[in-house]
Amino acid sequence: MNLNYKMVADVLVNFIKEETEKTGFANLVVGLSGGIDSALSAVLATKAIGRDKLFAFALPYKTSSKESLDDAKLLADKFGINLQVIEITPYVDPFLETLNLDNKLRMGNVMARMRMVTLFDMSSKYRALVLGTSNKTELLLGYGTWYGDLASAINPIGDLYKTQVWELSKYLGIPEKLINKKPTADLWLGQTDEDELGFSYTEVDRLLYHMIDERLSKSELINLGFSEQFIMNVAERVRKNQFKRQLPIIAKISNRTIDRDFRYSRDWGY
Amino acid sequence: MKIYISQIKPFLGDLSKNIELHKNEIQHAIDQKADIVIFPELSLTGYFLRDLVHDVALKSNSETIKLFESTSKRIGIIAGFVYEDENHQFFNAAGYFEAGSLKHLHRKVYLPNYTMFEESRYFAAGKSFETFDMFGSKTGILICEDALHLSSLYLYSLQGVKNLLIVSNSPARGFYSDRFYSQELWYNTIKFIANNLTVNTIFVNRVGVEDGVTFWGGSLAIDALGSEIGRCDLIREDNRIVEIKDETVRRSRILSPFYRDEDPELFLEFIRNKGIIK
Repeated sequence: MNLNYKMVADVLVNFIKEETEKTGFANLVVGLSGGIDSALSAVLATKAIGRDKLFAFALPYKTSSKESLDDAKLLADKFGINLQVIEITPYVDPFLETLNLDNKLRMGNVMARMRMVTLFDMSSKYRALVLGTSNKTELLLGYGTWYGDLASAINPIGDLYKTQVWELSKYLGIPEKLINKKPTADLWLGQTDEDELGFSYTEVDRLLYHMIDERLSKSELINLGFSEQFIMNVAERVRKNQFKRQLPIIAKISNRTIDRDFRYSRDWGY
Repeated sequence: MKIYISQIKPFLGDLSKNIELHKNEIQHAIDQKADIVIFPELSLTGYFLRDLVHDVALKSNSETIKLFESTSKRIGIIAGFVYEDENHQFFNAAGYFEAGSLKHLHRKVYLPNYTMFEESRYFAAGKSFETFDMFGSKTGILICEDALHLSSLYLYSLQGVKNLLIVSNSPARGFYSDRFYSQELWYNTIKFIANNLTVNTIFVNRVGVEDGVTFWGGSLAIDALGSEIGRCDLIREDNRIVEIKDETVRRSRILSPFYRDEDPELFLEFIRNKGIIK
């Protein structure tokens, strides 16, 4: 799982530059949560297109921790990232009140989607693409909000496991404070990813790497020391969340159905 | 013979932009007094064409082919494109243009159709590996996957090629701490071909990103004695002039007479005796 981070950084910076500019866009917008994934995406983007073309937004809700915002600012200061803070509370609260919403999961999804709405609106204002910040671990586990934080135009870090995100971040000089803190979606007070998932990123990344990248069988995984229950739990999460990694499925009628037998690359003509 | 390696970044499915790109590179090669310019696989079209294959295909009487034919009065050219034959079969092809005509057309034989590749969904497979004279030197073209098979190398070797030209669209993938899979596979392959077939070997790869896939460049030329005679940068557009000589092949075959000692009769006997050929 250890990578040549110099080469990986080179590939990702070039990816962001090309996939942004060839579509005729010059700018990118990104939400900076204070966490390491968005920090890494943003830093790669500054290297790709220059800091003046990246518009970063911290989008706190009233229950978001102050530490998250401080960390976003710490990163922005260090890398000269243009950071604007937009408090989402004034437009999230009326929504929650109107629908009498007090379920934690639903509230969390609403916040993630309000941030998405904000970022896509900003992308229109700045003639920019929305930069993705989901890593391979959370994409495989489906640990993200569909059409919320999972929504983006291009994603530089979606093929890096969380532990690889940490390593690449170290290589790029992102402040240790952001790398070492406990990962959190910060949707409610005291939430951490690892508590909610029930396992650590280090453990699950090792399992996913052997299961997905190396295609090992269940018995081979057990031989490596993973418990059967852990293997089955993770395999089931990966299966159940396949829908989040795809476009909506379309009922087939014609001979040329979009994405089935109407097949074009997104970079068609660029 | 001076060869200009053109490590370009084609536009996906846009022939006219790619023709301009080729014209500029050809002029650059002529200015540097190159005898031949080599472009990567599918250089006129880009790689992940999918349903665009039929829209960008060139027939032998197309204006683009004529343009390359007439340009080849000034310099030899190898370019990659989708070729449509008279029966409307579509091939991943590379053409060699020299002295005003399309002198040789290679249709890719081994179409990768696994993991990220889906070439045989869209292309018909070529059926042969035939040599051609490149300014008097016997040469063969391999399109990417073609070079990873033994039969292609064997057949070219038996025909007595002096030079093998590999045009490629190799994606960067499989990163480890000290290497990445595609580069290691290709550099090992190129060195093997040059050293063991004792032929001048030139690998021309593209750069650029298509739908998140990075083509890694790193074009490399190894002469028949196994010496590196030129390479291009990773990931970035680049070019390089390398000089190849038949004399290097001669010296290599005196030093390492693998070609002389290779015995095709063994191979033939094996196929007969094992019942592979009835």
